[in-house]
Amino acid sequence: MEKFEKLTGIAAPMPMINIDTDMIIPKQFLKTIKRSGLGVNLFDEMRYDDDGKEIPDFVLNKPQYRETEILVAGDNFGCGSSREHAPWAIKDFGIRCVIAPSFADIFYNNCFKNGILPIALPQEQVDVLMKDAEKGSNARITVDLEAQTVTSSDGESFAFDVDSFKKHCLLEGLDDIGLTMEKSDAIAEFETRASAERPWV
Amino acid sequence: MSPKTLYDKIWDAHLAHEAEDGTSLLYIDRHLVHEVTSPQAFEGLRMAGRTVRAPEKTIAVPDHNVPTTPDRVNGIENPESRIQVEALDKNAKDFGVNYYPVNDIRQGIVHIVGPEQGWTLPGMTVVCGDSHTATHGAFGALAHGIGTSEVEHVLATQTLIQTKSKNMKVEITGQLRPGVTAKDITLSVIGRTGTAGGTGYVIEYCGEAIRSLSMEGRMTVCNMAIEGGARAGLIAPDETTFEYVKGRPHTPKGAQWEAALTWWKTLYSDDDAHWDKVITIKGEDIAPVVTWGTSPEDVLPIDAIVPNPEDFKGGKVESAKRALEYMGLTAGTPLSEIEIDTVFIGSCTNGRIEDLRAAAAILKGKKIKEGLRAMVVPGSGLVRAQAEEEGLADIFKDAGFEWRLAGCSMCLAMNPDQLSPGERCAATSNRNFEGRQGRGGRTHLMSPARAAAAAVTGKLTDVRQMM
Repeated sequence: MEKFEKLTGIAAPMPMINIDTDMIIPKQFLKTIKRSGLGVNLFDEMRYDDDGKEIPDFVLNKPQYRETEILVAGDNFGCGSSREHAPWAIKDFGIRCVIAPSFADIFYNNCFKNGILPIALPQEQVDVLMKDAEKGSNARITVDLEAQTVTSSDGESFAFDVDSFKKHCLLEGLDDIGLTMEKSDAIAEFETRASAERPWV
Repeated sequence: MSPKTLYDKIWDAHLAHEAEDGTSLLYIDRHLVHEVTSPQAFEGLRMAGRTVRAPEKTIAVPDHNVPTTPDRVNGIENPESRIQVEALDKNAKDFGVNYYPVNDIRQGIVHIVGPEQGWTLPGMTVVCGDSHTATHGAFGALAHGIGTSEVEHVLATQTLIQTKSKNMKVEITGQLRPGVTAKDITLSVIGRTGTAGGTGYVIEYCGEAIRSLSMEGRMTVCNMAIEGGARAGLIAPDETTFEYVKGRPHTPKGAQWEAALTWWKTLYSDDDAHWDKVITIKGEDIAPVVTWGTSPEDVLPIDAIVPNPEDFKGGKVESAKRALEYMGLTAGTPLSEIEIDTVFIGSCTNGRIEDLRAAAAILKGKKIKEGLRAMVVPGSGLVRAQAEEEGLADIFKDAGFEWRLAGCSMCLAMNPDQLSPGERCAATSNRNFEGRQGRGGRTHLMSPARAAAAAVTGKLTDVRQMM
């Protein structure tokens, strides 16, 4: 997995609440058996018209947001379907960090498996960053995972929470299957104990 | 010992390892797999030279992509769908997991097949690369959706890295009024808490109205826990549960059944257990509801009117404006005057035998409104066979419904069953998101009986007037 340490980049504002994973990547792109190449279809139904032409008003189609690396969004980002195609599409587009007042549980976990940092901040702090993002490509937001801070282009800084294990894996780019396999003795012990207690499982 | 919730008890019984920072490895008893969220996971195993740790606890079935028309026995026409299903055929064979291929009568929606075959049992941990895994919570199993990376993690290690959620109790007291169903309970709870209200929690549904539900109804309630943002929904097992699981193909038998029963009977929340959040709703206060917008929290009683966006607060004002525009609705219109084009009965929320019985009871001797498109998609081949045996299939066909083969169908429209732009659907599924049932499609969620009533009148309808 790609490491995430520190990022300074263009942030795009998407103030909508309840942005669901069907919006992030519609179902017709779930038929792939690969993880790559989904960036072009990120937010497909909001981004392109029926003829496949770009809708100029959509934020990621605007010239100043084409190189977006950070998304600032409304409450409950990533709700709905568990599809990991959503973070795959976000990452493939080039976005490495999403900031919102809250995230849906499965999407939040999926981000960490793909080198994306989801940051939950209080609404009023997200509002400040949203205003900053609305300034366009001249306003760059800085995200520092080690220090657990987000800094606006004006230098206003906010601290965020992140689970220590998830932070460690993201900073080091660790494969968590490998880490768990190091604990295979504990798993085997559990299996022995559980099959004695609950043999029907 | 300190008092525990049901969630605490299942969690403790499955903790394989706990690190000093609280990061836990939770052992997984059942891993359900379907064709859309698994190919990359199996490919990951192959690339790393890994195997499936517990193939006997892994159950695969294709459901999302499969066509539901009878010609599917000749193969799947769409090349991408076919490739995904063929990949699952191959992965199931190569890794030796339990498998119900597309033309097996036991094939169906993964969340209907699991309980039907007795794979899902009380007190288990159940995961699947699908958010509606919450369904299995109806058995008092800790069940939730995971992403594809986690699917790979479970395949390789039979565990999941987890941090514990908080406990929420949703109590539905007393009895439901006539014509009010499990679907109305679950939608009404989401209408009250919002789609983020459950974030960070595992919900336990309890109270007399929940106890009175059948297993089918309980599955409908838990199925939509995810729509309220919760990691999982749970209902403590009782005689209704034990009666349902007894005698199924993968349910324990003989002495093992007795041993299992003894343990299952300890699976309840202790009286003085700690709850981080409690919501209580009177059963008689729950109305028959439908959704009007593009989020499952956009719930109103069928006799209400389309709301005015200005009546909401914060980000919901803009979101409601957008929803009304997308749905082609005007504030103030009575919901019961909204005309529909299509009716979809099916899905992991409402594709079980009891759901088909409820819809058929409304449709018996009636015809669907002229020009309407209506389909019933049973949740599994076995549900379909039973419905045919009970004469339900004939009622649907006589009324003008298409009688389909099992699959996810129009719930997510990854298969040929889709809405066209602007087409308005009365659906028994779980999500009314923009584009969910097809680009530009407009979805109103409701119970099977209400969808059947809508098929007859051609409008969103208060089913109580037809009972």
